[in-house]
Amino acid sequence: MELYITEISKYVIASMMLLYTFTAFLAFKLRSREARAHIYAAQIALMFLIEFSCFVQIIARTGKVVYLFFFAFQIVVFSSVIMLFYFIYPDGNRLIINNCCLLLMIGVIILTRLSYERAVKQFVIIAISFLLGFFIPEMIFRFNFLKRFTWAYAGIGVACLGIVLILGATINGSKLTYSIAGLTFQPSEIVKVLFLFFLAGALYKAENLIDLLILSVIAAAHVIILVLSKDLGSALIYFMLYLALIYISTENIGYFILGMFFAALASMASYKLFAHIRVRVQAWRDPFSDITGAGYQLSQSLFGISSGGLLGLGLYGGNPKSIPFVVQDFIFSAIAEEMGIIFAILMILVCLSTFLFIMQEGYYIHDKFYRMIICGIGISYAFQTFLTIGGGAKFIPLTGVTLPLISYGGSSVLVTIVMFMIVEGICMIGSDERYEEYLEERRYERNRYRNERYKRYEDEEDR
Amino acid sequence: MRDTRDTRTKRTGKRKKVRSYPIMVLSGIYVLLFVTMLGYIFNYSMSHKQEFINNDYNTRQKILLKQNQRGKILSRDGDILAYSEKGSDGKEVRVYPYGKEFAHAVGYSTKGKAGIEAFCNYYLINTNLDLSKKVAYDTKGMKYPADNVTSTLDANLQEVAYNALSSRKGAIIVSNPKTGEILAMVSKPDFDPNNLELEWDNMVKDTSGEAKLLNRATQGLYPPGSTFKIVTLLSYLREHPTDYANYKFSCNGKFTHEGNTISCYHGENHGSLDLERSFAKSCNSSFANIGVGLKPETFDGVLHDLKFNQELPIDFCRYNKSSSSYPKDHAISQVMQLSIGQGNTSITPEHLNLITCAIANDGMLMKPYIVSEVKSEDGKEIKKFSPEEYGKLLSTSESQVIRRMMGKVVNEGTASRLKGLSYTAAGKTGSAEFNDAKDSHAWFTGFAPADDPEVCVTIIVEEAGSGGSYAVPIAKRVFDAYFGVE
Repeated sequence: MELYITEISKYVIASMMLLYTFTAFLAFKLRSREARAHIYAAQIALMFLIEFSCFVQIIARTGKVVYLFFFAFQIVVFSSVIMLFYFIYPDGNRLIINNCCLLLMIGVIILTRLSYERAVKQFVIIAISFLLGFFIPEMIFRFNFLKRFTWAYAGIGVACLGIVLILGATINGSKLTYSIAGLTFQPSEIVKVLFLFFLAGALYKAENLIDLLILSVIAAAHVIILVLSKDLGSALIYFMLYLALIYISTENIGYFILGMFFAALASMASYKLFAHIRVRVQAWRDPFSDITGAGYQLSQSLFGISSGGLLGLGLYGGNPKSIPFVVQDFIFSAIAEEMGIIFAILMILVCLSTFLFIMQEGYYIHDKFYRMIICGIGISYAFQTFLTIGGGAKFIPLTGVTLPLISYGGSSVLVTIVMFMIVEGICMIGSDERYEEYLEERRYERNRYRNERYKRYEDEEDR
Repeated sequence: MRDTRDTRTKRTGKRKKVRSYPIMVLSGIYVLLFVTMLGYIFNYSMSHKQEFINNDYNTRQKILLKQNQRGKILSRDGDILAYSEKGSDGKEVRVYPYGKEFAHAVGYSTKGKAGIEAFCNYYLINTNLDLSKKVAYDTKGMKYPADNVTSTLDANLQEVAYNALSSRKGAIIVSNPKTGEILAMVSKPDFDPNNLELEWDNMVKDTSGEAKLLNRATQGLYPPGSTFKIVTLLSYLREHPTDYANYKFSCNGKFTHEGNTISCYHGENHGSLDLERSFAKSCNSSFANIGVGLKPETFDGVLHDLKFNQELPIDFCRYNKSSSSYPKDHAISQVMQLSIGQGNTSITPEHLNLITCAIANDGMLMKPYIVSEVKSEDGKEIKKFSPEEYGKLLSTSESQVIRRMMGKVVNEGTASRLKGLSYTAAGKTGSAEFNDAKDSHAWFTGFAPADDPEVCVTIIVEEAGSGGSYAVPIAKRVFDAYFGVE
């Protein structure tokens, strides 16, 4: 009986995920609110079906009824998030919220399998983040003055990162996370939001090359502090964020190419300078030559990804715990192993569609400040996803960043939810803009109509 | 107030769309990056699946072993060569019904892995049983039977070859030149894989110096002796494609060139010879004479074409690379040694078998293989290995000439014990000296029927004597068994 349940649910989960991914991309074609209403409904049904099938599998394998309560709690929280959003922010982008909920669900499912205790912790953080996050769209919508604190954002950001660097140096080695009341806390994650606001504010005001140079120097300060803290992944994300926003702001691809050229130079220099980077590159090129040492993590991750096959070994069917730091850095490998490579790839496609929704919103917004913010969120989300998955699958060297929304990690989940809420706020600004435009258009048309009528009247007078 | 950029154009009065090409470009770049990455991940994980599961550091193998009972290995006719069963202590034991006979070909799986056990480990530990059948095993509290592997080995030929080599050291390979299937593979001294646990420590220490674990068929490197005259002959044919028949040599038992001398086997005087008779009689003097007349690049070219000093298309077991090259300093004594397969040249029996197969199959080498298919316990086909062309080692016309000359070796030369049988055979003998005391390994490599070869046999008997007296009779027993002659 258990065997039937696990085997059949594998097919169910993969096909539901396929349908979900299909609806996510279908939304690009169907733009009208009416057509999308069906998509929203289908997505919500599918995501709860996936969640349900996974928990059936978990309970069949473990026989623990306590998971049933956990499952019920999740249903309550996620459905209230989706419902509340629908009623409070009808102008928000519901596709992004749906994707966000699905990815969070997948994260909690795989964490339940890996460590129930951590899954519960993660779930509590998710619930709190949403509770706080609900106010953010309204704040973004109303607090237009946020674009004025450019230099404060930079000051606080550099100070925070600097303190971490100095503390890290004194407490022996690179310690990037701090625990407060049992919750891990990673300053570079939270400073990322400040950095984004700083860049958006500075680019909004920038008028000439001097302004660009000044903001570049401050951005470089952030990146250099991160490199010195050995937080390579975050340094890369900050840098890509800076580069993308300069490009979007100036519309000059020359800056982008120049930046990539500098990045290439810098990586070659750091390869020569830092031993820990050489070790990582070596472990990436051939993880199996030093399988007991530097290559251990990556080779275990690759074993995990490849052993699942198309449909996976089923939850609890594999051995993902053999991968060190699986819940933070290699959650993708665990998903590929137990839920199958098809599911894992579809999940990444959902991440990609989320990124494209965000960029699409950015494309249609007129206010440059908000356009910078929303595109920055999209880029940092996509790039971080790329770094984690590419690193764990031997596509690029490992940098040790988390998979947003899915990996275990308090500050990561909190910050990502906050950023998605900012996106929602900006979506509202976008619809507000469009409404204003609509009114203006009506006014314009009315005037023209009146003028024409007046003109005709005058003509008749003349005759 | 938020600034709304007024993009209305004066002329048309229509609102211009705010196009941001950077957003489109960046989105495009990321889509491309993600799609490439996902393609890479899918391809990489699928193509390395088997290799990874066999890695000792991969703990997933233990999961499979706990769940499935290792599959069977079968001969081409369905005889069981290896299977697993529950022992008296409840542990799973691997049983090899034929004992020592298939020791090297089938291999072992408990102390590390070798042979087919290693090559097909992935299939032997995975199961593709139908779900309903799995449930049936579950209810009985039994492990699922893993998939079964059918080899190309012929139990009858293997037994004949095994017995023919008797207590000698050496190796025998029997194969089908048209398909590349390996029909039999024997290496001696051997071991009983059923008693691996007991014998292991002694075999690894190898105090007797017998190297029992070594599969001599693919790993043993021997001087090729006169069988290498095939290579010298091919080099001569390449330099004299039309007028090779005009070759003349007068043998008086030895050949001297620039102060270096080569003698014929046991100093025999072969008299007046052409190329065909030089080959059939295996005249060392004549071949040394041919060798010194050849261009170095011709010789090296032939060695390259015949896969010396290179990896061979073998994936089913461990093997060693053969080595041979024209001396760098063109030292005459070494060139003369090379021409008759002595000196620095060494070859594995499997490599010589592949060269013979290519000659027998009009120059086309078929990739050798030892496993034909994998089936689940309930009969579903999981994987099929089919004949595969590897590439031409020599031209059709060259192979025809060499085949004819190998026929003469049987009819008029050193392999005369294969003459006048119900089938026709062709081949080349060798007596490879391996020490200064003129002791020699006996070689034979050949095929039958001579005009349409369907079976190739390569034999080496260590420290036996001449190939004609010690290896050819074994070849006859193998050919007899193949053609069903009593």
